[in-house]
Amino acid sequence: MADKLTWKDMEVGNIITDAGNASFRRTGDWRTERPILDKEKCIKCALCWIYCPDAAIKPGDDGYYEADLYYCKGCGICARICPAEAITRVEEEEK
Amino acid sequence: MSRRVALEASHAVAEAARMADVDVISAYPITPQTHIPERLAEMVADGELRAAYIPVESEHSAMSTCLGAAAVGARTFTATAGPGLEYMHNVLYVASSMRLPVVMTVANRALSAPISIWGDHSDAMAVRDTGWIQVFCQNSQEAFDLTLWAFRVGEDRNVLFPVMVHLDGFTLSHVIEPMILPEQNEVDRFLPRFQYPFPLSPDRPMTHGALGPPDIYSEAKLAQEVALRKSRGVILQGWKEFGDIFGRYYHPVEEYRTEEAEALLLTMGSYTETAKIVIDERRDRGEAVGLISLRLWRPFPFEEVRRIAKGSKVLIVFDRCISFGMGGPVFSEVRSALYDEDARPKTVGFVGGLGGRDMSEEDFDYVISRGRQIAEKGSDKMIETVGIR
Repeated sequence: MADKLTWKDMEVGNIITDAGNASFRRTGDWRTERPILDKEKCIKCALCWIYCPDAAIKPGDDGYYEADLYYCKGCGICARICPAEAITRVEEEEK
Repeated sequence: MSRRVALEASHAVAEAARMADVDVISAYPITPQTHIPERLAEMVADGELRAAYIPVESEHSAMSTCLGAAAVGARTFTATAGPGLEYMHNVLYVASSMRLPVVMTVANRALSAPISIWGDHSDAMAVRDTGWIQVFCQNSQEAFDLTLWAFRVGEDRNVLFPVMVHLDGFTLSHVIEPMILPEQNEVDRFLPRFQYPFPLSPDRPMTHGALGPPDIYSEAKLAQEVALRKSRGVILQGWKEFGDIFGRYYHPVEEYRTEEAEALLLTMGSYTETAKIVIDERRDRGEAVGLISLRLWRPFPFEEVRRIAKGSKVLIVFDRCISFGMGGPVFSEVRSALYDEDARPKTVGFVGGLGGRDMSEEDFDYVISRGRQIAEKGSDKMIETVGIR
């Protein structure tokens, strides 16, 4: 979106007048490693959801917690905190 | 009725801030600026001024506090000098880039080392690129007038830039001079209440100071440069309105006896008044010399400098600062502004008046004589100086 704006489109002081605009920012493209959840091991404790610094992990209808890859930066905190070792990290290039 | 009073320039600035009815003052004391925040603190403590006086532990914090205050729409004032100005350097960029109209007095002071509490323009020149509107004063009256004007211009909806008012440390800041204090209703007429268009408020959430990744930073900077250049219109309008109300008219470049001048001397700040005496003496002897003084330093007054310099044979620029490895900063900018002109004078630069070194009439006399000589015969010196052994 930003790469379409010219200098004439800048608001005074580069203020963003719409609240909640951070949700438009795709931080997921910073990621080099992706978290993979093993539902066999997951105990649905929600620690990954609590610890995720970007609030990128969300509860699903089935009670499992999974990362929204639009926002997940791949920091790996969820994998480190998981008591069941249910989350592993794989390089983005790998399948 | 306005009153004729004797006021120290620092107190005149404090009086201007009081009459402007500032909402927030945050400052850290540093010589030779001290009398300004001291007087304001007194006014707040005595109930003469209803404002929040926020003491801080450093100039970096003083300017940061001013940013926050200006961002909620408060009329905000601070003052500093020399090393204090340098200590808030990166926050100065934040103020101008976020378009927050803080007004700041700088009681110009040299930079260490050796430690000097005395005046020169090294501090002003070190912040010339920070994106603030910047003006220089010659006397107490101007210190008062330009402080009021700074609020009027900086807060204008079509400007929204912080404004720095430079006044020479000691040779102006500590000098008691006769000046005219206006009536409050005149000040109110010139300076209406400030309405910042984007105040931070829980009622209307928005983002101030967002990240600017490579895909948008350049556009933000170009927009800022265009806006600062365009502030010129309001700067001139502000001086016109000021003159119409108070009877004193100011200009981006002040001229003194420039008519038909073959040689022009360029100075900034309070030493301009000393230089005027020398111009008078030479004019009385029939020599066609004149004086120009840059009042407006940013945005640079290209138009006026080019118009006034045109027709003269030599322009001598006096700098109170050395840009190490380059020479006088005002000199190099003025010369650059004239370079593409068809009819341009020879330019000669001098450096002097550093760290409180006095500049006498004899010193300015030497500058003109030596400057005219160099314009004809050239100089083999690395840097031309005056009053330096």
